Amino acid sequence: VILCIHPSRAPQALQSRGYQRLVLQVGRGSLPQAQPGSSSSAVAVEVFRFKESLAEELQRADLVISHAGAGSCLETLEKGKPLIVVINDKLMDNHQLELAKQLHRDGYVLYCNCSTLVETLQSMNLSALKPFPPGQPEKFASFLDKVLGLQ
Amino acid sequence: CGCRMTLLWLQGATAAWLVSCSLFCFTGGHTTEILRLLSCLSESYSPRHYVLADSDKMSEAKIRSFEQKRAETFSNTKYYLDRIPRSREVRQSWISSVVTTLYSILYSLPLTYKRKPDLILCNGPGTCVPVCLSAFLLGLLRIKRTIIVYVESICRVETLSLSGKILYYFSDYFIVQWPDLKKKYPKSVYLGRIV
Repeated sequence: VILCIHPSRAPQALQSRGYQRLVLQVGRGSLPQAQPGSSSSAVAVEVFRFKESLAEELQRADLVISHAGAGSCLETLEKGKPLIVVINDKLMDNHQLELAKQLHRDGYVLYCNCSTLVETLQSMNLSALKPFPPGQPEKFASFLDKVLGLQ
Repeated sequence: CGCRMTLLWLQGATAAWLVSCSLFCFTGGHTTEILRLLSCLSESYSPRHYVLADSDKMSEAKIRSFEQKRAETFSNTKYYLDRIPRSREVRQSWISSVVTTLYSILYSLPLTYKRKPDLILCNGPGTCVPVCLSAFLLGLLRIKRTIIVYVESICRVETLSLSGKILYYFSDYFIVQWPDLKKKYPKSVYLGRIV
């Protein structure tokens, strides 16, 4: 996902939509190299590998672009941040696509793949995204209490 | 499938029904999901044994953080961490997966035998299959009857994971989080989105 965003035409697209800062969490991947005189100077780029909690970064974000991992999607949607999910075409059975498709069908996220990211950034309408209602683990707890006779 | 709870612990004048659980946590999203599932459980679900793949580094931090927070509300909270070899890596071939899974089952049997959990709760990739199968085996041998509850990941909307496909037949309760799966797997339980 990182390589779709930087270096690419994505920073230009972001700048054209009013974004000024791009923060990249690269994990174990290789650190993106800025090309001299490239369009990546369109937005200020910050890079880090891991943080114990992304909560602070999420709080500061106006837009999140992420892979379709459940934790990333849920954490982002619960903070009420607009989310673009980028699907990794190389993952074997690509089951990540199921969640992104469903969340998109329900109107909670935008989704695309690497090659369509720039186009998505250029044409997106974030105000059309619906607020994401929280999951209900209390229902699970009640269910378990009931079947174990712990009520 | 029948369900019997075993009384584990009786403390002082107040009967405390403590269910000894085994819980399974894995990297990334699966750990987040299982900790959310645990977030509303009462203190009856104690002590909690978390079983992790030996290659998983990040889950331990998440679990400790969760348990520390929990200790602020519940004073007698007890938890332990066990590690077992990961039975299958992403994109591992079928044949080598069978070998590593058998190895994991052999490794899991003594652990499950030692812990004898009342309840196993899992939601994840390969590593939970050997442990659940070893518990199932101990049940068949009348050594310990463990209730196996599998919660399929919220990522799974239309298809089950490989673990899910296997444990659909070995779990007591198989929970899915999207209605399409409930239609395809009628013996499953649908409670809506629970993470």
